[in-house]
Amino acid sequence: MHSLVTIADLSKEKLLSLLASAARFEAEPNRKTLDGRVVATLFFEPSTRTRLSFETAANRLGARVIGFSDAATSSSSKGESLKDTIMMVSNYADLIVMRHHLEGAARYASEVSPVPIINAGDGANQHPSQTMLDLYSILKTQGTLEGLDICLVGDLKYGRTVHSLIMAMRHFHPLFHFVAPTELAMPAEYKLYCHEHGIDYTEHTALDEELITGTDILYMTRVQRERFTDLMEYERVKNVYVLRADMLRHTRPNLRILHPLPRVGEIAYDVDNCPQAYYFQQAKNGLFVRQALICDCLEIEG
Amino acid sequence: MKKEELLVAALENGTVIDHIPSELVFKIVDLLDLQHEKRSVTIGYNLESEKIGRKGIIKVADRFFSDEEISRLSVTAPNVVLNIIRNYEVVEKKTVVIPDELHGIVRCPNPKCISNNEPMASFFHVIDKGERLLKCHYCEKELNV
Repeated sequence: MHSLVTIADLSKEKLLSLLASAARFEAEPNRKTLDGRVVATLFFEPSTRTRLSFETAANRLGARVIGFSDAATSSSSKGESLKDTIMMVSNYADLIVMRHHLEGAARYASEVSPVPIINAGDGANQHPSQTMLDLYSILKTQGTLEGLDICLVGDLKYGRTVHSLIMAMRHFHPLFHFVAPTELAMPAEYKLYCHEHGIDYTEHTALDEELITGTDILYMTRVQRERFTDLMEYERVKNVYVLRADMLRHTRPNLRILHPLPRVGEIAYDVDNCPQAYYFQQAKNGLFVRQALICDCLEIEG
Repeated sequence: MKKEELLVAALENGTVIDHIPSELVFKIVDLLDLQHEKRSVTIGYNLESEKIGRKGIIKVADRFFSDEEISRLSVTAPNVVLNIIRNYEVVEKKTVVIPDELHGIVRCPNPKCISNNEPMASFFHVIDKGERLLKCHYCEKELNV
């Protein structure tokens, strides 16, 4: 049994085998392979959509679910350390899905816990199940992960999903287009990562039709208010890029629009009815991917 | 031997930590936990040095530091030299080598890092010894020291 803390720990072969497992769960989601097991979902920071996705995945596998959805209802509000909470819960559960507001919390938990930990987001650091569902959505809509044009739009500075996606795609020779306002541009360390791994990219400050026309995946992100310490800066950049249906007239037929959700204003509602819109199905894919991840961490055939 | 060279007693056996920037003397005392040393310790600072202006020096009788102990100095005082003394002679000069991992020595500058919020030791991987670039094992933030 093993934990899943970051996507960077996974090899190309591992990624592909997890994606194949997710496809089998999509074909047949209700399998009682975890009958009699207990999965704990410890959400020290609320995240309803991620929690429901993991809990549905565990339920469809036949496991029972225990846990909490907010640190206010857990003993950490009494000052209990993370380690103590993990040690206590590991007495009851076979696997712990954990979300925490502090960065590195999942790595630490995985080192003290006798049962596997799945990181469901640790602050601004890692959120590997999100990355896996992004990969699955790209593979499913494009038929391949190899050699794609991927346009990342919005908050590329604080957006952990885009950083993790770059790392995960390093095996598949993508061409990235980074579109962000100067204040939220891709940090130098990730551009260095691209150089070191032979990933090509271009940088833009405007989201124009020409760029959209030449891309296979348009990955939109929300400017997250909670990542800003300076709210003036947030107000200045929050509505810089808004995707509208009329910008999608001349796209490649295979173009799909992804978004980790929730969206605020960056995708207009008229895009929802376009054939390129894929963000709701993308969220659904998270279920199958999480079924695959839970089984993999418990070393159960998925 | 001239009188001014005898300000500090010579060691028969032990370690002389030399070329310490004066302001770091007590930091090094702390890092090597010399407050609790039972053997005789001589501490000097604001001594004249041709190399670094004013230097500090620490002599510990009958004490020889392990590589792990020496590596604790790699962030604070990478340029100090440890003279190993046996029978009044310098038999070896050790320099500080930055290790591959640093446990509990550097505090993570990220206030949202778990290592600053739990009763636990910090843990850094040294990813570039020349550039003195560290990466937090937990929050994965990089740090230049």
